[in-house]
Amino acid sequence: MLKDITIGQYFPGDSIIHRLDPRFKLIITLIYILMLFAGDSIICLGVGAVFTLFAIILSKIPLKMFLKSIRPLVPFLFLTAFFNLIFVKSGDVIFKWKFIEITNEAVSISVFMFVRIVLLIMGSSLLTYTTSPITLTDAIERLLSPLKKVKLPVHELAMMMSIALRFIPTLIEETEKIMSAQKARGAEIDSGSFMARAKNMVSILVPLFVSSFRRADELATAMECRCYRGGEGRTRLRQLKSAPRDYIALAVSLIFYGINITVGIMTK
Amino acid sequence: MENIIEIKNLCFSYPADEGETPVQVLKNVNLEIKKGEFMAILGHNGSGKSTLAKHINGILLPTSGTVTVDGISTADEEKIFDLRCRAGMVFQNPDNQIVSSVVEEDVAFALENLGVPYEEMRKRVDDALKDVNMYEYRNHSPAQLSGGQKQRIAIAGIIAMKPECIILDEPTAMLDPQGRKEVMAVIKRMNREHGITIVLITHYMDEAAQCGRVVVMDKGNVIFDDAPKAVFSHVEDVKAIGLDVPQAAELAWELRKAGYDIPQDILTEDECAEAIKHLFERE
Amino acid sequence: MAILETQELTYVYSEGSPFQKTAVDNVSLKINEGEMIGVMGHTGSGKSTLIQHFNGLLKPTSGKILLDGEDIWADKKKIRDVRFKVGLVFQYPEYQIFEETVYKDIAFGPKNMGLDDKEIKRRILETANDLGLKEELLQRSPFDLSGGQKRRVAIAGVMAMNPKVLILDEPTAGLDPAGRDKILGHIKKYHERTKNTILIVSHSMEDIAGFADRILVMNKAKLFCFDETEKVFARAEEISKIGLDVPQVTKIFLKLKEQGLDFGKDVYTMEYAKNLLLKKLSERGGV
Repeated sequence: MLKDITIGQYFPGDSIIHRLDPRFKLIITLIYILMLFAGDSIICLGVGAVFTLFAIILSKIPLKMFLKSIRPLVPFLFLTAFFNLIFVKSGDVIFKWKFIEITNEAVSISVFMFVRIVLLIMGSSLLTYTTSPITLTDAIERLLSPLKKVKLPVHELAMMMSIALRFIPTLIEETEKIMSAQKARGAEIDSGSFMARAKNMVSILVPLFVSSFRRADELATAMECRCYRGGEGRTRLRQLKSAPRDYIALAVSLIFYGINITVGIMTK
Repeated sequence: MENIIEIKNLCFSYPADEGETPVQVLKNVNLEIKKGEFMAILGHNGSGKSTLAKHINGILLPTSGTVTVDGISTADEEKIFDLRCRAGMVFQNPDNQIVSSVVEEDVAFALENLGVPYEEMRKRVDDALKDVNMYEYRNHSPAQLSGGQKQRIAIAGIIAMKPECIILDEPTAMLDPQGRKEVMAVIKRMNREHGITIVLITHYMDEAAQCGRVVVMDKGNVIFDDAPKAVFSHVEDVKAIGLDVPQAAELAWELRKAGYDIPQDILTEDECAEAIKHLFERE
Repeated sequence: MAILETQELTYVYSEGSPFQKTAVDNVSLKINEGEMIGVMGHTGSGKSTLIQHFNGLLKPTSGKILLDGEDIWADKKKIRDVRFKVGLVFQYPEYQIFEETVYKDIAFGPKNMGLDDKEIKRRILETANDLGLKEELLQRSPFDLSGGQKRRVAIAGVMAMNPKVLILDEPTAGLDPAGRDKILGHIKKYHERTKNTILIVSHSMEDIAGFADRILVMNKAKLFCFDETEKVFARAEEISKIGLDVPQVTKIFLKLKEQGLDFGKDVYTMEYAKNLLLKKLSERGGV
């Protein structure tokens, strides 16, 4: 059912990865992505893979969960690999059938791309698995706060995001309730023809919109009553304090990145 | 005792569309609420009780008349945040007043807005959570809590502001009996232990009966303003405006009407049983 | 003849996951045609899960539900017909209103049943009358109505399907006493006209005490008791122990009994209490 969709896919835990400062985690993830794209050599990917595996082990989240995160993207992965196989024409032809020619380079590039994307997904999953969405929002707000000077509404965006996160479970629950209520009135939602179903969606969406507007209105009043007046002069209960481990983690990832760049240059 | 809230000649109409006559929701309401009082405003839906509540912390402003809290007029725009710190408000729907997806951060919301420094904020949030018995849930998501628990979180968010008074607008209307009991217990304790003035808007007579003073509203007017015992002795009048009276009071009233000598101010089942026993023993 | 029957009905949420929870545990019961039944139990007792089985919104993990003697899950394709025979009004039903006029919203269910326009109109006028919705209201937008009116429109939407069994989940939640009495009165009126079976879920014993023939009490996923109203109230003390409120009059008479004044019968309505006391007092010799 709808409840099984967990946005952000956070797995609460107490591992060293969980405890890292989310701002550092965000920066390290960015470095990690750069690392994967630093060089074209297989060694570069190997370094990336070692780094990922190392981090996953530290996070104490079963590897199975990471494989699960890849599953929805499998068709996309194979499609990419397929196109690389067919359209890369450099190198020696090792297979030929009618107008299809596959070269040795095409094989290595498609495997390479495949692994690179898999590592990319695993790495970013590690970020969302070990950081609650609300902390992540917080980290983004703080990292972007210098942009306030150029009039980017950083606080407002972060506030909107965190309210959205707060109301996702509420709205999911409400949607389920309205669906049941309309089903009880004979609406065909999970059976019947496509047209009938589309028509019945209206009976779910209208009440959902009406109630969301009501909620928004009430929430705005409640926020005003609690002296909300924008980001100016706000203090925070959630203190983001960087500890030595954050700098060590950053240093480790920079070292990996360095190795990758060096290898990348050397193998050019 | 000095007054914390003073409402003088308060009239309020919602602005009407062109060509329509505005509907007057509050008609010349006068109320003085003393520091530390625990009072209920009882009325049916549409009696004006919620509109009155929204005037106390300046969500609505009077069409005419004045409302002051601790000497601050609600119309004084410059002091509106001062006012809202002194008069906190809890609403009916527990879901629509919780801002954060972490309990303790929601309790801290007002303090964050007010720019309270971290050390003090931490302490006030922890204290408020302990006050409403929700400390062990501080890292939970509100989505995991029951209605009564959510409402206690909303109360904690107000208590953290250290208000002089709390206005609760039908805080129990959407709760089950268990949740209603939890919320009543918490607000009673806040009144008793911290001396916070409580204004409880409700249509449940059993909640009003637990208060020190009951104001009954009907059609924008205050029609009773007295101790619960006195108010609920007017069984017929209270029922006539679509409200309930405690069954104990009603039973006593029925017996009195039939000519039996039974006290007027019966509210609880103990008092009622006692009085009935008396009747049987006497005759 | 039982119109609705459950046989060893069990429902387990999220089976096989760490959140596994038995919400309804081996419940067997029979509901007769034309009965008015009160359903009680505190939040989490399993009563909401139980009633969602009655019209096939939930499928039992094990056990059976028989409607008119037939297993409702015998043919999966017929489950929609079950929903037409067993109407379910959810808590705060006004939040499911979506059409632009009251008339169209009430018509949604009957239309899904495939009725013709004439029959739909007849049913709408009938149920609107039962629920005290004036005819001129039918062409207005439901979103302009008061809270109590909206709720009556939503209830009418299910009643107009004329289900043989009508289940209402806390139809009076959040209403003030006048609104509550109005709704309960309208439900009674509908019951008198149609003689359909009605189940009302409520937290308030006082609401139910007035008109239920039998009361079903759920506790911790199990059927706590299902008996005539009088007999259930005779167990007032046990019932308050499982976290349900008993009416104040019942408590008063329990207190009197403790103090040696036993009136023999169990008292749960105001009317009965008043008449009983007046009778006993006059027997003892005048005012």
